[in-house]
Amino acid sequence: MKLLALDSSGLVASVAILDGETLVAEYTLNYKKTHSQTLLPMLDEIVKMTQTELSEMDAIAVAAGPGSFTGLRIGSATAKGLGLALNKPIISVPTLEGIACNFYGTDAIICPMMDARRQQVYTGIYHFAGGTEFEELVAQEAGPVEDIIKKCNELGQKLGKPVIFLGDGVPVYKDIIEELCNVEHSYAPAHLSRQRAGAVAIRAMKLYEEGKAEPASDHAPIYLRKSQAERELEAKGKKLEE
Amino acid sequence: MEEQKKDVLILAIETSCDETAAAVVKNGREVLSNTIYTQIKLHTMFGGVVPEIASRKHIEKINIVIETALKEADVTLEDIDAIAVTYGPGLVGALLVGVAEAKALAYAAKKPLVGVHHIEGHISANYIEHKELEPPFLCMVASGGHSHLVLVKGYGEYEIIGRTRDDAAGEAFDKVARAIGLGYPGGPKIDKLAKEGNKKAIAFPRAKITDAPDDFSFSGLKSAVLNYLNQCQMKGEEVNRADVAASFQQSVTDVLTEHTVGAAKRLGINKVAIAGGVASNSSLRAQMEEACRKNGIEFYHPSPIFCTDNAAMIGVAGYYEYIKGIRDGWDLNAKPNLKIGER
Repeated sequence: MKLLALDSSGLVASVAILDGETLVAEYTLNYKKTHSQTLLPMLDEIVKMTQTELSEMDAIAVAAGPGSFTGLRIGSATAKGLGLALNKPIISVPTLEGIACNFYGTDAIICPMMDARRQQVYTGIYHFAGGTEFEELVAQEAGPVEDIIKKCNELGQKLGKPVIFLGDGVPVYKDIIEELCNVEHSYAPAHLSRQRAGAVAIRAMKLYEEGKAEPASDHAPIYLRKSQAERELEAKGKKLEE
Repeated sequence: MEEQKKDVLILAIETSCDETAAAVVKNGREVLSNTIYTQIKLHTMFGGVVPEIASRKHIEKINIVIETALKEADVTLEDIDAIAVTYGPGLVGALLVGVAEAKALAYAAKKPLVGVHHIEGHISANYIEHKELEPPFLCMVASGGHSHLVLVKGYGEYEIIGRTRDDAAGEAFDKVARAIGLGYPGGPKIDKLAKEGNKKAIAFPRAKITDAPDDFSFSGLKSAVLNYLNQCQMKGEEVNRADVAASFQQSVTDVLTEHTVGAAKRLGINKVAIAGGVASNSSLRAQMEEACRKNGIEFYHPSPIFCTDNAAMIGVAGYYEYIKGIRDGWDLNAKPNLKIGER
C-alpha cells in the first residue's frame, strides 16, 4: 500500500510518501513562508527525489483538522486536486491523532495541543494500548488548556502512566501546564513536537484498513469551530441555511 | 498539405469571491461548459459575502464543480491542454482554495498552470459572444469590488485609464439597496425596482474628479442617497423607493457612460466594451449602447451569465496567456490585491 500524506494544519508544512512499512520520504518545514507557496513544491521535490509515480499511490492522506482554517483548506484543496486528477480516495486524518502518532508505541499518555487562539487549544488525549493499538482517551476538541490538563491529571493517576505534552500549544501554555499538571509529565523534543506527514501517513494506514477512505469530492476539513459569522447568527437564534 | 491546427482546451477555475466555478473553453472563444455553484443564498442571510463561509463552501464544492464542467464539456482531464485559475484580486481565503486545487490538479495531471487576473477575466468575457472583437478596445469594468476603465491594447496587454477613488460601482448598488431595504445582492434588485420609478425624481450628484477626468467616485453619491433617506425620515415624508432606485441608478449610469465614451473619443478608440457584475444592469447597457451609437463607436457587452463571476471568462483570458507562453510554477500564491496588467 502506497500513501501520499500532507499536513498544513499549523505553522508546519509537511509532506511524506509511505510505501508499506517504509517511509520513503518525509519533508517538513517549520518556517514562516505560506503553505500555498511551500506545500506543492515540497511534494514535487520528494516525488522527483524518489522517482515516485503518483499514479501508483493508493490514496492521499491529509491532516484534515482542526488547525488554521486557511492552512487546512490549502491541505484539503491540494489533496482534493490530487485525488481528482489521480482518481484516488482521500483519507481524512484528525490532526491531533496524526500528531499523537509521533509517539506511536510509547507507553505513556500522549497529549498533543495546538494553539487555537482565544485562550483555547485544539487537543485530545491518546494512548497506545499494548504498545501498538491506537487508543483515543479524549477525542479531539477545542477548549481551555486548563480542562485538558485536568483530564491528563485524572488519566495519569488512573492509568499510572506519565503524560507527554507536544504540539505548538505547548510553548504558549507551558506556564499553565507547569502550574496545573500534578502527575509525572514531560515535553516532546523538537523532532517529535510538531505535525509530521510521516505520522499522518501512519495513522492514515490504520484508518484505510478500517475502511475510512472517502471520495476526493466528498472531503472537507474538520474545523471543530463554526465561523464567527455563523456563531453570531446563531446567537440571534437563526441558523445558516442554503 | 497544411497541418491541421490542434484545438486548445483550457480548464478554468474561479473561486475569488462567492461563486465556485469551473469551465472548459476551446481556442479561447468557445465555451464548452460553464459550471457555477453560487452561494448567494448563504450570504444573503448576512447582507453580504462572509469570507470564511465562502471559503468553506468553496472547498466543499470545488471537485463536484470541476467534474461537472468536464462532464458537460464531454472531455476528460487528459484532453485538457492547460489549467487556468484566478489568483487575484479577491478574498484571499477564497482564492487560495482555487489556487491550491488548480495547482494540485495540474501537477498530478502533468498539465501547464496559468494564473489569471480576475478582472482581466471579466474583460475577456467579451470575446466569448463577439467572435469579431479584437484589441484594441476600451473596457469599462464595474463590479462589487472594482470600477476600472481599462484600455485593452492587445491580448493580455492592459492599461488602466481610470479607476474609482473610493467605492466600487457595485458596492454603491449594494449599500443603497440595503438602505432602501432591498437586501443583497443590490444590483439586480435595484435594476428591477428602478423600472417602476422616475429616474428624474431626485437629483443625485454625478461626481467628477477635477484633475483626473477618467477617475470616478461613488461614495458622495452613496452619502447623498443616505442623506436623502434621512431627511425624508426626519420630515416624516414617505420615501418612494422606486424613485430612489431609479434616480440613483441613473446617476451611476450617467457617470459610467460619460466617462467611458469621453475617454474613447479622446483616445481615438472606436470599440467600447463593458464587463463585470454591473455590466448586466439594463439601464447601463441601454444608455451605453445609445451613447456609443451616437458617437460612431461599436459597443460590446457579455450576456449576464458571463458578467457575473464565472470560470469561462478565466478560461478565455487563460487561453491568451497560455498561447503567449505564460506558465506559473507550483509556488503560485493567491494575490488578493493583484493589480491589472501585473503578474
